[in-house]
Amino acid sequence: MESTDLAAVWLTLKLATVVTTLLLVVGTPIAWWLARTRSPFKGMVGAIVALPLVLPPTVLGFYLLLTMGPNGPLGKLTQALGLGLLPFTFPGLVIASVFYSLPFVVQPIQNAFEAIGERPLEVAATLRASPWDAFWSVAVPLARPGFLSGAILGFAHTVGEFGIVLMIGGNIPEKTRVVSVQIYDHVEALEYTQAHWLAGGMVLFSFVVLLGLYTFNPARRKAL
Amino acid sequence: MSSAIQARFRIERRDFSLAVDLTLPGRGITALFGHSGSGKTTCLRAMAGLERAADGYFAIGDEVWQDEAAGRFVPTHQRALGVVFQEASLFPHLSVRGNMEFGQKRASTAGLRFALPEIAELLGIDHLLERNPAQLSGGERQRVAIARALLAGPQILLMDEPLAALDLKRKREILPYLERLHDELSIPIIYVSHSPDEVARLADHLVLLDTGKVVASGPLTETLARTDLPQAFADDAGVVIETVVAAHEEDDLTQLNFAGGSIYVTSCSKATGHRLRCRIHARDVSLALEKPVATSILNVFEGEVSDIGATDTPGHVLVQLHISNTPLLARITERSRKALNLHVGKQVWAQVKAVALLG
Repeated sequence: MESTDLAAVWLTLKLATVVTTLLLVVGTPIAWWLARTRSPFKGMVGAIVALPLVLPPTVLGFYLLLTMGPNGPLGKLTQALGLGLLPFTFPGLVIASVFYSLPFVVQPIQNAFEAIGERPLEVAATLRASPWDAFWSVAVPLARPGFLSGAILGFAHTVGEFGIVLMIGGNIPEKTRVVSVQIYDHVEALEYTQAHWLAGGMVLFSFVVLLGLYTFNPARRKAL
Repeated sequence: MSSAIQARFRIERRDFSLAVDLTLPGRGITALFGHSGSGKTTCLRAMAGLERAADGYFAIGDEVWQDEAAGRFVPTHQRALGVVFQEASLFPHLSVRGNMEFGQKRASTAGLRFALPEIAELLGIDHLLERNPAQLSGGERQRVAIARALLAGPQILLMDEPLAALDLKRKREILPYLERLHDELSIPIIYVSHSPDEVARLADHLVLLDTGKVVASGPLTETLARTDLPQAFADDAGVVIETVVAAHEEDDLTQLNFAGGSIYVTSCSKATGHRLRCRIHARDVSLALEKPVATSILNVFEGEVSDIGATDTPGHVLVQLHISNTPLLARITERSRKALNLHVGKQVWAQVKAVALLG
């Protein structure tokens, strides 16, 4: 493998790790809210979260590019804060990936929270646990399979994305050139051997991840 | 801790309404009894703060947990109470000990304080502490749930049909433990049930609920002896008599003494001096104007008719009589009532065909 390939692999893993961590932080409250709310906005929020499941990544990438661009609201904000512009940077890629992989993390966790039901939380309340306490000491441990599925799916999905990376990140070595883009480059250059190494690695990685998910966590297959 | 409980709730829903105003004793077991849909569970949930009545007041002694008129509503987790649900609802991710310690760790200093080994012993679960809830039988799970509730240091224990999900064998296994709680705890227990047997066996105070309203509320023996509540018990109408085991006789009979005399029952294992509740169904009592002689029935009492009421059974009436201070109910036909010319104040002899020992 060339050093550019290794750099791409390293960048991909770094991106997926950062994105998964952020997704657990952002996705958990959304999943909790969706699982417990009786608000009329539940359907709308659920639909927005699920949009990346059906939208082509290029569409999402296009709008994110506009939002983060010099004339977009987020772009204006980051410039005003002296952070410069997000497109074609690693942080920009992270933000785009968070949006893109959000449903893959939110939905398994939401399903797990819904499966718990009201009763364990009521019991916790009768045993002096505040809602915050009950969330951490009862809801999260009981929803553990959902968190595991969400984290694995979020990580794997981020590793596998391509369209949104091209739209937001471009193809900058060691900054935004992830494995899927590197494979594309190799194929463009007719470097099939290198493409094979990376592509085969991706197949193997994806297979191992899903095998682990299905073997150790059979109950969550439906959540997919 | 023995001060009375005040409970007033008004809940209006599309298909259901609850309007109760109760003063309950601050000691012993109060049964909330009624058919499904009578509002007994909703009433219990309102006491626990799991359901918020828009118009509600709930206080134990001078501790006010809800007073909507004053804008006061203490959330469930800040109330020193214990709740036992129909399903044990143990936390599956914690061991039996972990479940029991959950509330104990978080308990405030108010309310009862128990040591874990003490409670485990009281409920006979000391050998199960390191197990997972999934490894327990239904009866064991429910005992752990009771222990868990008690360890949280409650000022009141709320039980929502704790035996309803169990089969007869498991019920029999748990009932003695509930009786122990009754005898050994100084806190009041509110016990929701639709089983006349459980109520007769455990309760000291009875609240009858029907379609969200209180039909009757009073001491158990008095309330069960009323002739105006037959619809609540239907075929199970009958009285509960508190007795003391007086003697075990040679011919396999046991003599039980009560305020109005002695009852003979098939030999029971309880020691002399032990308190024992008996239940006498109205359908098992017949009346005669003269002392029956040459009868095979052992338990014959002289009493005075104190009330006559209607029953659900066509052609039958419910006669209340008093054997000195102890009330008894008899269900007889209207034809017999006329033939015997029964009326309030008349002296009669009651023949008791069957006595059910509770416990």
